[in-house]
Amino acid sequence: MVDTTQTQQAQGQPLQFYETEEHHPQTGTMLGFWLYLMSDCLIFASLFATYGVLGRSYAGGPTGAELFDLPLVAMNTALLLLSSITYGFAMLEMQKNRVRGTIGWLLITGLFGIGFLSLELYEFAHLIHEGAGPQTSAFLTSFFALVGTHGLHVFFGIVWLVTLCFQLRKHGLIPENKRRVACLSMFWHFLDVVWIGVFTFVYLMGVLV
Amino acid sequence: MSEHHDNVHEHHAHEHHGDELPHADLKSYMIGFILSVILTAIPFWVVMGGVFETSSTTALVILGFAAVQIVVHMIYFLHMNFQSEGGWNMLALIFTAVMVFITLAGSLWVMYHLNVNMMPGLMEAVHGQ
Repeated sequence: MVDTTQTQQAQGQPLQFYETEEHHPQTGTMLGFWLYLMSDCLIFASLFATYGVLGRSYAGGPTGAELFDLPLVAMNTALLLLSSITYGFAMLEMQKNRVRGTIGWLLITGLFGIGFLSLELYEFAHLIHEGAGPQTSAFLTSFFALVGTHGLHVFFGIVWLVTLCFQLRKHGLIPENKRRVACLSMFWHFLDVVWIGVFTFVYLMGVLV
Repeated sequence: MSEHHDNVHEHHAHEHHGDELPHADLKSYMIGFILSVILTAIPFWVVMGGVFETSSTTALVILGFAAVQIVVHMIYFLHMNFQSEGGWNMLALIFTAVMVFITLAGSLWVMYHLNVNMMPGLMEAVHGQ
């Protein structure tokens, strides 16, 4: 063994190491972030379960069929889906090491996110104005808790996204920034997955009599 | 010596496992996007157009579409597979899915039976005496 390495070095060849074990990633950031998302998933699971139990307890107040505006929800869903594909484009630009393209697509993603939040806040304001606030019935309490938690996540996603754009402008596509963009990508797509549950379980099933 | 080692190590990592970051490509994003648009449009159409007569059929159909769409998002947007992070990602996901199922199904089951077995009529009869 010693002989071979010495002869290899003498001949100027790179030293070869044969690893029989599986390769471990340098840092477990992506796995750690995935575990965080899974714990977040459990929070949403309990909120979904709460809505599932209380979602038909109207306490004489308005029902989902009376309140929900499906075209608005469809538009919201479209905005979130579009923000998913634009985030995908940002990831592709990042793979090609183009800072400007990455920031550009990230900002477009952020705009879709802001559009989504604006529509949601408009919906909430409209509901509260109509007297269908979170204190009206158990149904509305669980509705605001679930949809509001998702909205809060989107809000913090946007804060993160804007911060990341400043980081990218200052430092460029250094490995740390690439890792951050990849983590936010998981966060953003994860919120999309949760929204599938929200529009199906809350809105579409809510209007079924 | 250590420099050599680092070079080889990086080379090795790059060749066999790629970066730590998941690899994204345009084709998979476009497939995912088109599939998710279709899988979103159909449930909205089913509910808003009143395609099915009974609401329980409608509910089952849209829940089915949601389940499929979640899998589509997992594969095409979140790049889930059995290889990433040596399978730990998938293991965590499966564990979470089991927990989510227990939370949802358990809560609904327990609370439904509580409702049925403590019917308002029964309570009124008790209070009326």
